[in-house]
Amino acid sequence: MSANMVALAYLVASVFFILALKGLSSPESARRGNLFGMVGMAIAVATTLTLTQNWPLILGCIAVGGIIGALVAQRVQMTAMPELVAFMHSLVGLAAVFIAVAAVNNPVSFGLPEILPGGGKLELFLGTFIGAMTWSGSVIAFLKLSGRMSGTPIVFTGQHMINLLLAIIMIGFGLWFFFSETTNWTAFIAMTTIAFILGFLIIIPIGGADMPVVISMLNSYSGWAAAGIGFSLGNPMLIIAGSLVGSSGAILSYIMCKAMNRPFLSVILGGFGSDGGTAAVADDGVQKTYRSGSAEDAAFLMGNADSVIIVPGYGLAVARAQHAVKELAEKLHEKGVNVRFAIHPVAGRMPGHMNVLLAEAEIPYEQVLEMDEINSDFSNTDVVLVLGANDVVNPAANVPGSPIYGMPILDAHKARTVMVVKRSMAVGYAGLDNDLFYMDKTMMIFGDAKKVVEHLVKAL
Amino acid sequence: MIGEIDPFIINLTVFVLAIFVGYHVVWNVTPALHTPLMSVTNAISGIILVGAMLAAGPAETDWGVWLGAVAVTLAAINVFGGFLVSQRMLEMFKKKDKKGNA
Repeated sequence: MSANMVALAYLVASVFFILALKGLSSPESARRGNLFGMVGMAIAVATTLTLTQNWPLILGCIAVGGIIGALVAQRVQMTAMPELVAFMHSLVGLAAVFIAVAAVNNPVSFGLPEILPGGGKLELFLGTFIGAMTWSGSVIAFLKLSGRMSGTPIVFTGQHMINLLLAIIMIGFGLWFFFSETTNWTAFIAMTTIAFILGFLIIIPIGGADMPVVISMLNSYSGWAAAGIGFSLGNPMLIIAGSLVGSSGAILSYIMCKAMNRPFLSVILGGFGSDGGTAAVADDGVQKTYRSGSAEDAAFLMGNADSVIIVPGYGLAVARAQHAVKELAEKLHEKGVNVRFAIHPVAGRMPGHMNVLLAEAEIPYEQVLEMDEINSDFSNTDVVLVLGANDVVNPAANVPGSPIYGMPILDAHKARTVMVVKRSMAVGYAGLDNDLFYMDKTMMIFGDAKKVVEHLVKAL
Repeated sequence: MIGEIDPFIINLTVFVLAIFVGYHVVWNVTPALHTPLMSVTNAISGIILVGAMLAAGPAETDWGVWLGAVAVTLAAINVFGGFLVSQRMLEMFKKKDKKGNA
């Protein structure tokens, strides 16, 4: 194929990618959008195949990767989506590094001059270090999300200074690579190694509940890594697709930060909260009283209510309670209760996590509402059932001076009765006591979210 | 005039415009589909496959080609895994008419 034909085919593929993202604006058009994405990818790959000589090897590798990918996609639990996404980001990062190394090794095979010009080196440097950081950062995110590593932030003194120092050294090696007249492998390898280490160090101080931001940020990085490699290879396909992904991830990070009312920088610098939590002792040392009840009491109240709003959180995902919740919603619906779900943007461990779980349980998405859509309805609601959520319903967010002051919350405290299903009185991620639990109209139901909901269903 | 322009400038033009397109398209994505958005963009960032294929492309095989072949495999996991898991998730969002209530 001539270079012009290739470029035109890439343009067509890019349009398909844009249509793929556009399709996600509503659930009705989303599947068609995904199909467009596949078509775009097929065009891009088929076109690129004509530029290669080793196509049996390449097709073989695609088949192997394709089978692995298909199996993973088929088997993954919906509760494990955050881990899967982190895992896949890491692959993009690593692939970007391998391509960059191959390009430094043999620039001619990519149609680049034998001695790379300064600009080409700079682009390779960018693609490599973003790719390397994406890989190691995603590996840590994956380990934390899958519970193989504690979600507790790892903090030590001088952390930020060390990171800064490493970044400066990395840039130093990058400059050395840039100004060397021949291929300077020492500088290139040193720079890549430091980038790997930096990726680890940047993610370890970030705690579990900040993961929605981290995972969106890594999503963005994986796009920029692809775009960076696109610049070094002079390949518009990589630049366009990479930038689309990069800006998408950046927007998601922004939305997540806004939903926590925390500046992006403070999330990224990390060290906020822990995933365990300790006993709920109020700041003034006085033990506050709360009311706890049984599932039977709760079922009675809910069965006699006109309207119920369920607020799911990460606890629902941990307990895999989505199917039990659907049964509960159906039972209540049969009794003529208006059941709806209220989703906080940062509920769960990744953007939209709760929506997917509820969709998996076949809960109609018309019943699942975003924070802005439902917040004004809490005051005329009989019962709110909080399932494994904490900080997102903490009224302390309305109190000036509180660490989470200004964070948008679901106004569960305005409902007539509040029921909270929780394993213990432990504090949430922000390390704050939740006044909602001590209100007169609140009833605590202790236990695993799934077991409690199953009890509720039985009692109805 | 276009012949005199440094290819880098052309790439930069494409880059900046693509960011703007991405920005405007992604703001229209409904929050309920943010997880599928991530998995679809994940699959799209598998476009790195194109670069990997070029690395694995040359007929004379040296270690760079093998590195490229590994990259092809990794990127293919991403492409197939990303699109197929998105498909699986989006199928779930379809089943709304079965239980017709609101």
